[in-house]
Amino acid sequence: MLAVDGLQAHYGRAHILHGVSLDVAAGEVACLLGRNGAGKSTTMKAIMRLLPPTGGSVRFEGRDLDGLAPHAVARIGLGYVPEERRIFPDLTVEENLEVGRRPPRPGQAPWTAERLYALFPSLGAMKKRPGGRMSGGEQQMLAIARTLMGNPRLLLLDEPSEGLAPVVVDRLAEALLGLKAEGLAILLSEQNPGFAASIADRAYLLETGQIRHHGPMAAVMADAGLRARYLSV
Amino acid sequence: MAFDWQGLVVQGLNGLASASSLFLVASGLTVIFGVSRIVNFAHGSLYMLGAYLAWTLTAHGPFAELGGFWGFWGAILSAALTVAALGALVEMLVLRRLYQAPELFQLLATFALVLIVQDVALLLWGPDDKFGPRAPLLRGATEIFGARFPLYELFLIAVGPVVLGLLWLLLHRSRFGILLRAATHDREMVAALGVDQKRLFTGVFALGAGLAGLGGALQIPREAVTLHMDMAVIVEAFVVVVIGGLGSLGGAALAALIIGELHAFGILVFPRITLVLVFLVMAVVLVLRPQGLLGRGAATAPVAAPAPPLPGPMPGPLRWAAIAAAVALVGVAPFLGDYPLILLADFSVLVLFAASLHLIMGPGGMASFGHAAYFGAGAYAAALLFKHLAAPMEVGLIAAPFAAGLVGLLFGWFCVRLSGVYAAMLTLAFAQIAWSISFQWVEVTGGDNGILGVWPSGWARGRLVFFYLSLALSAAGVLLLRRIIRAPFGLALRAQRDSPLRAEAIGLDGFLLRWIAFAVSAALAGLAGALFAYGKGSVFPSFLGIPRSVDALLMVLLGGVQTLTGPIVGAIAYAGLQEQLARLTDCWRLVLGVVILALVLFFPRGLAGAFRRRDA
Repeated sequence: MLAVDGLQAHYGRAHILHGVSLDVAAGEVACLLGRNGAGKSTTMKAIMRLLPPTGGSVRFEGRDLDGLAPHAVARIGLGYVPEERRIFPDLTVEENLEVGRRPPRPGQAPWTAERLYALFPSLGAMKKRPGGRMSGGEQQMLAIARTLMGNPRLLLLDEPSEGLAPVVVDRLAEALLGLKAEGLAILLSEQNPGFAASIADRAYLLETGQIRHHGPMAAVMADAGLRARYLSV
Repeated sequence: MAFDWQGLVVQGLNGLASASSLFLVASGLTVIFGVSRIVNFAHGSLYMLGAYLAWTLTAHGPFAELGGFWGFWGAILSAALTVAALGALVEMLVLRRLYQAPELFQLLATFALVLIVQDVALLLWGPDDKFGPRAPLLRGATEIFGARFPLYELFLIAVGPVVLGLLWLLLHRSRFGILLRAATHDREMVAALGVDQKRLFTGVFALGAGLAGLGGALQIPREAVTLHMDMAVIVEAFVVVVIGGLGSLGGAALAALIIGELHAFGILVFPRITLVLVFLVMAVVLVLRPQGLLGRGAATAPVAAPAPPLPGPMPGPLRWAAIAAAVALVGVAPFLGDYPLILLADFSVLVLFAASLHLIMGPGGMASFGHAAYFGAGAYAAALLFKHLAAPMEVGLIAAPFAAGLVGLLFGWFCVRLSGVYAAMLTLAFAQIAWSISFQWVEVTGGDNGILGVWPSGWARGRLVFFYLSLALSAAGVLLLRRIIRAPFGLALRAQRDSPLRAEAIGLDGFLLRWIAFAVSAALAGLAGALFAYGKGSVFPSFLGIPRSVDALLMVLLGGVQTLTGPIVGAIAYAGLQEQLARLTDCWRLVLGVVILALVLFFPRGLAGAFRRRDA
């Protein structure tokens, strides 16, 4: 479904991604694991073309994304939830969702605010609250819900568990498992392998802008040596 | 004297009416800025076009034939809609290509539009003032506390709140409005959610332009339509938007109210300093609350432009060509007539003026919209010394930079605390205060009549000698600036521009650096001003006017802010172009505007930058 091949990216003169290649199949949850600064967020941004890649290719459902503007990437079905969440602070929960709303996709039940309130009940209880006055966990739910309003075919989820209380992380995992069960493909990035293990099928281990290892999530979790080399601090 | 209640009420209502008109223009400006981060200099031109179009539509064509209520209001609304369409067109053809460009280039582009619209309006409507019809049903006056008050003014008072309410509904109840508010905060995220920003921006320009057009169209029953409406309204609208807080609709409404009433009552209390009063309020607000009354500060920090590389040496051939040209100029000068010599002396002065502004804009990283204040301060220092103490030119030329430098120290102390658009607006405010003083303090400055007979000393009175003198002093000034930019002071100045936090961490005092640079720049602008005064033999308030500040800005931006070569090339190109065009065609503004637009769109690094290798 998503095929990233030899992706290169620069910030100014700093070379961040050195040929990242990965695949996400339909209905699958893949996970990018790596420490701070490994290039997880940059990979996400380069796929969305928020940071235009300097080399390599990204194909989504067979279509080359080269030359597309970020809004066009979003329209063909890639939904992006940034690490910083980037909720619009002056807009209410409802209004934040409205910004994300796109027309339904054929063959896919469209997301509505009501369906999302059912998925994230805490959001339903604060429809009129401005985004700037929500807790971190609530903002994370809203960021995901807002992106889902665009009826994406694949969700790019950048470090969703970062800075959240354990109980909130559990609720988030539950919601994401629900999305997975509905057949939504997800590319997740995480530093926290425990959270990732609860939802991901496969893992890519990223270090200094390169994929060092990939395999089934369970195998990565079982290999203490791998985790020590690429994840522990 | 009995206390005049009636007068007060009428003045208060007058203030409300002008506040209402001001709000229409300022609200468009602030909405456009909020989303696109573009400060639209051409907003006043859209207002003027609205007025002219409304005049035409009420005088000719179907609406004029229809006449009466529907004819009049049909014409007013059609004028506003036409201006909205023009705004959308401008966004699609010009501004869309400039969203990634530095703020100042966007300003330059919109200023080019001002020039173009001025000439187009002159061509289409001619130089005579136009008087519109009075509004049907609103012709008469009503009695308020026994005083007669025009109905149309009452109607205008109601328009402001109605438009504010409609805008509020649009922003909070429509998808377009919600997207606009989201984009005001985080454009990139809006794009990542699949929203095509181009259409959003085109929409917001159409909306803002339509409001300006409506504001202009609504003026035709109460005042003459003139070619000066654009500059008059844009300055006031800027003041309103800055006082209210850029991007804040409520702030614009509040500030329009304050400024409208200030005008109305200022005339009663301080008839002589109404001009100063407005800018004084703006200066006070900016110093106490830099983000404006209801502004929220920069929610998204402006993306740091990639730091320009250190100015390297000029490419060899270009350097030799420049030196050869300078030598040839000195050698050829004795064979030139008076007129070319006057022109060349002017060019030297402008080069120094532009180069002095470059110090704060390039290495300093600040924008000044009021550099003419220091040019004028130098000119007036020389002229006042001559007028009151009969001081000769030598004394004047020495005193002028000091006088201008002192003014620079005073104004700079406030201005260098702010950044970006706010700093630019505060410099504009101070320049307008200085201009008002020169214009209104007639006993000392001679007011509009200026000070005449400020001629050079006997030995320098010949055109050739005076050109050499101007060239020598300007060259010395430019070389001094070059020395300053490359000295440790200049490096420190660039360091605080590129990374204020890191510069502070290594012990650099950014405020002090910027302040000194501001004063030095002012001093050299003052020298240029004094030379200009002796060259012309007189000084006038226009020496401190906005057009002259804009000239300096254009010269620096045309040349490119990265290197000192830039303003020199820019000054010669700009002044030369203006001079040649004024001789060749009546429409020099139109041609100049088109040239500036082309330069901004195709040479974003300025003229001097265009000659350098792209990877420099």
